Amino acid sequence: MAEGTQQHPLKIYFFVWTLLFVFSAFSYLVDWFQFQGYLRWGLILLFMLLKAGFICAIFMHMWWERLAIKFAILVPCFAILVFVFIMWHESFYTLIVRKLFFLVTGS
Amino acid sequence: MEESASTVEVTIPPNKGLVTEWASDQKAFKGVPWGKAMMWIFLVSDTFVFSIFLISYMTVRFSTKAEWPNPSEVFALHVGHVSVPLLLIAIMTFILITSSGTMALAVKYGYEKNRKMCAILMLATAVFGASFVGMQAFEWTKLIMEGVRPWENPFGAPQFGSISFMVTGFHGTHVTIGVIFLFIMARKAWRGDFDTGRRGFFTSQKSHYEAVEIMGLYWHFVDLVWVFIFAFFYLW
Repeated sequence: MAEGTQQHPLKIYFFVWTLLFVFSAFSYLVDWFQFQGYLRWGLILLFMLLKAGFICAIFMHMWWERLAIKFAILVPCFAILVFVFIMWHESFYTLIVRKLFFLVTGS
Repeated sequence: MEESASTVEVTIPPNKGLVTEWASDQKAFKGVPWGKAMMWIFLVSDTFVFSIFLISYMTVRFSTKAEWPNPSEVFALHVGHVSVPLLLIAIMTFILITSSGTMALAVKYGYEKNRKMCAILMLATAVFGASFVGMQAFEWTKLIMEGVRPWENPFGAPQFGSISFMVTGFHGTHVTIGVIFLFIMARKAWRGDFDTGRRGFFTSQKSHYEAVEIMGLYWHFVDLVWVFIFAFFYLW
């Protein structure tokens, strides 16, 4: 948006600011209480996505942008998920090959 | 390219829908200043850079036979006789969020052409950012003293060191560059460059309050990356 056309009340910034503090505190507490397994990973991901979403939407003003630029920014990021998927499988393949190799060589 | 003087009001054309705008002549991003569009495109490319670091971290962590060091213990700090897990990292996280808040307010006051508040808040952001880098230097010193190297460490999987230094190092570099630019922008704002449209010494372009928002986008991105590093590297 152009200069002088975006006027947001202070309230929304302080609200999001507080939320970010709360989410950060929660994600720290996940480690503090030593949650393990899916509960830990789920909570970490949840707080991470909430924080990232609020920073992008409100602090970076993406909420008020036009669809044309929103899509140009967000759509390419889905390629990352594809790469994560590929490398996730690749890493398990590497692990199996390593284990086999060490099994055969006996080290 | 036409120069945008600070007195010119940019009129925003009505929203005609995504496909029409992408397919339109000359400008796809209607009403978006070119500097801001370019910053967003840079940030998308930087997102890919950091994604590749985190994906390589995932790959080495999943494919190593050795046990991955527990970051909760590695990054613990001793307060008196008590070992507090991830203390420094938690403080760094809160500092970066605080700086993101001050930057968001600086952008808001920039829109309102409130020169002094904008400059003071950007200066505060820069100071928080600098303290973040200082703490990271402390963390690195501690890791190096404990024998963590890019090729080995006393805690477990040797890949831990290389990933730790590379990811936090690249993020720290981004913060440092941000701090330098925040100081420059705070000075510009304080001097009134954005009101008078004084030409920049390097680009010779007229100064403009848009620069504050572009600076803000970069700074929030640095915070955004830390959110992902905090989750995947320190907490996972």
